[in-house]
Amino acid sequence: MCRNCGCGASQTETMTVDSRQVLHLHQNLLAKNDRLAEQNRVLFSHLLALNILSSPGAGKTALVQRLLSDLDLIAVAAPLSRQDGPVKAGVIVGDLATDRDAARLRQTGAPVVQITTGTLCHLEARMVAQAAQTLNLADLDLLIIENVGNLVCPAAYDLGEDLRLVLMSVTEGEDKPLKYPTVFKSAQAIIISKIDLAEMVGFNRAEALQHLHLMAPQALIFELSATTGEGLANFYAYLNQMLLRCPSKVS
Amino acid sequence: MHEVSLMQAALTIALNHAEAEGARQIHYLTLRVGIASGVVPEALAFAFDIVSAGTAAAGAELKLKIIPTRCYCPHCQQDFQPADWVYECPACHNISTDIRQGQDLELASLEVS
Repeated sequence: MCRNCGCGASQTETMTVDSRQVLHLHQNLLAKNDRLAEQNRVLFSHLLALNILSSPGAGKTALVQRLLSDLDLIAVAAPLSRQDGPVKAGVIVGDLATDRDAARLRQTGAPVVQITTGTLCHLEARMVAQAAQTLNLADLDLLIIENVGNLVCPAAYDLGEDLRLVLMSVTEGEDKPLKYPTVFKSAQAIIISKIDLAEMVGFNRAEALQHLHLMAPQALIFELSATTGEGLANFYAYLNQMLLRCPSKVS
Repeated sequence: MHEVSLMQAALTIALNHAEAEGARQIHYLTLRVGIASGVVPEALAFAFDIVSAGTAAAGAELKLKIIPTRCYCPHCQQDFQPADWVYECPACHNISTDIRQGQDLELASLEVS
């Protein structure tokens, strides 16, 4: 019997009903993307690849901008035993339209590629592979992929990243993890952003942490402000730790 | 609405298989959709009507088989079906991070002629 849908056929069996045939396929709809993501993972094997997800306006670009300006701080937290200086980062940023984010991030001097998706609500592995061709990956330690602002669709698409970071800002309220469980459950790390505004917007920190504990017990949680810098040291120490785990980082 | 992309992927697979069998028409498609897959079944159905128009699958029935979530509790060493999105073991009340079923997104079968 077909073990998946219980339809009484073997996986490859073809049943004939009059002139009609039932084809049993059992093919994963994300198989193509997953295959391309694995290819990306090989391309990214020497570096740390981050996939950053959040709703629009949660502060992804502000965090990436700050991170690019603070690359020397990441090395200070636990210096890499490399001969060629501080961490080198490149960025792939996705938006439906405009290259405003790329322009903003290029001010830091880092190489940035903008993907404009048109009407597509998420990045896919093939788009990242294509964008990555224009970056000199061999020269990078850290690849930051800033996904399209959306808490639903990007969760389903593996891009070949090592780490998935999900941001929720204090201005969005405490219940984001309850409303969008899939994306929070897929995160290795979750960042509560804009904590400098917490008091002003009446953010209930205990409640937010409780929601994260219920929905995403697997994730590490960081609370920070990219504007004031509060909480960044912990996050940078974590990134550093993850960078050191990449096999060819320590040379 | 990544359901449109997913439905397009399902349709491409279906049309390729139908063509390989020398079939002219697809009568129905069965999709297995896990509760924890992050996909809205209604949006899939809506997308199907759009992407199938003008193809051998136009007018075909879309059967959606919803797959419940199952988690594994390492403390109790057994599977359980969570009541909602909080994957709390009914026996020990620990929260599981081990999802064993329910993330499925699969084209299971189709009928052609």
